[in-house]
Amino acid sequence: MRHLMSPLDLSVEELDKLLTLANDIEKNPKKYAHACDGKKLATCFYEPSTRTRLSFESAMLNLGGSVIGFSSADSSSAAKGESVSDTIRVISCFADICAMRHPKEGAPLVASQKSSIPVINAGDGGHQHPTQTLTDLLTIRSLKGHLDNLKIGLCGDLKFGRTVHSLINALIRYPNVEFVLISPKELRVPEYIREDVLVANNIPFTEVERLEDAITDLDILYMTRVQKERFFNEEDYVRMKDFYILDKAKMALAREDMLVLHPLPRVNEISVEVDDDPRAVYFKQVQYGVYVRMALILTLLEIEV
Amino acid sequence: MLNISGIQEGFVLDHIKAGASLSIYHYLKLDQLDCCVAIIKNARSKKMGKKDMIKVECPIDKLDLDILGFIDHNITVNIIKGEQIVEKRRLRLPKEIKNVIRCKNPRCISSIEQELDQIFILTDEDKEVYRCKYCEEKYERK
Repeated sequence: MRHLMSPLDLSVEELDKLLTLANDIEKNPKKYAHACDGKKLATCFYEPSTRTRLSFESAMLNLGGSVIGFSSADSSSAAKGESVSDTIRVISCFADICAMRHPKEGAPLVASQKSSIPVINAGDGGHQHPTQTLTDLLTIRSLKGHLDNLKIGLCGDLKFGRTVHSLINALIRYPNVEFVLISPKELRVPEYIREDVLVANNIPFTEVERLEDAITDLDILYMTRVQKERFFNEEDYVRMKDFYILDKAKMALAREDMLVLHPLPRVNEISVEVDDDPRAVYFKQVQYGVYVRMALILTLLEIEV
Repeated sequence: MLNISGIQEGFVLDHIKAGASLSIYHYLKLDQLDCCVAIIKNARSKKMGKKDMIKVECPIDKLDLDILGFIDHNITVNIIKGEQIVEKRRLRLPKEIKNVIRCKNPRCISSIEQELDQIFILTDEDKEVYRCKYCEEKYERK
């Protein structure tokens, strides 16, 4: 029995197979409509996350399965002091597969050690969020046709953004990938990503402060939110915030085939005027998130269609 | 030169960093052994200038070499039989250490989950980096 804790739990070959399955689901949804008849997904969400939980639930319903679960720790037995190990033993009696989100880092791993059903990490604090990374990879591969030979701009809060760290770790496994890291200096990627991942693997990268300076020759622009509270002072925030807002003027500098991704929720870092640009694919990305979760559920339940 | 009499059967931990012997005494739980233990502090050393040593008169199998490897893998372990050194054992960094150190990340599940083993994994042998098995936070030695 397999679980998914990190995107790197899957080899490049396994990932390729999973993404191919997701694309087949996209093209032939009817073929998979009853693949999980009689199966139940438990969504154990110890903290609220509307999009991820609904994406998992939608994925299971699309496969003909059903869904049980809770959407906050208050409405689970955690409020009574039950351990994660005990909760998953109980959930294992009710469901066939579990997607778990927990504010404590490593909680889904603890669950997987005691579980008799596959456990998917649906986000554990600032640690991992593997299905977001799978979503990002599926979006890029589906719309670009490949995951190698790409110049990827990562923009915004690169220090605390776990989706960015996961995406870097996942993409360095493909040849000829180059990163442009666009952030204020306070929010640059942490040293363990720069040194232990990028430098250690000889991955070309540059660090810049302004989006305009980098956008012209990117294949992918991955936007994240720059939160005001991450800045040391108001003055810096006011001076820099516009560097990280993507608008029509900045899009005019970009290539015709550049894609804009965002893990959402978007607040103001992408102007709504960009939404109608065919290069803005962040809402398509949400749809790919459902397909990749469907593929993941089938893979972990070892169901072949 | 201070002389400590030889031991019949046991082991000598040599080349301990000066001042570190007492913490090793506690890590190895030598206080729980019912045998003769001698701690020598600040002994003169050609290699180190000053060093600590611990002599223990009990069989080596009572010692957890994994913990010792984590604390300081430069320590030499001399195994004694009949007052003679019969083996010098080299220490290696253990791949995994269990319930020796605690994760300091307050966001880690190990900070709240009952009876969860504190497990650290060796992720970079050259840089001697251990990371928490659950949250992957790096363990910072003081």
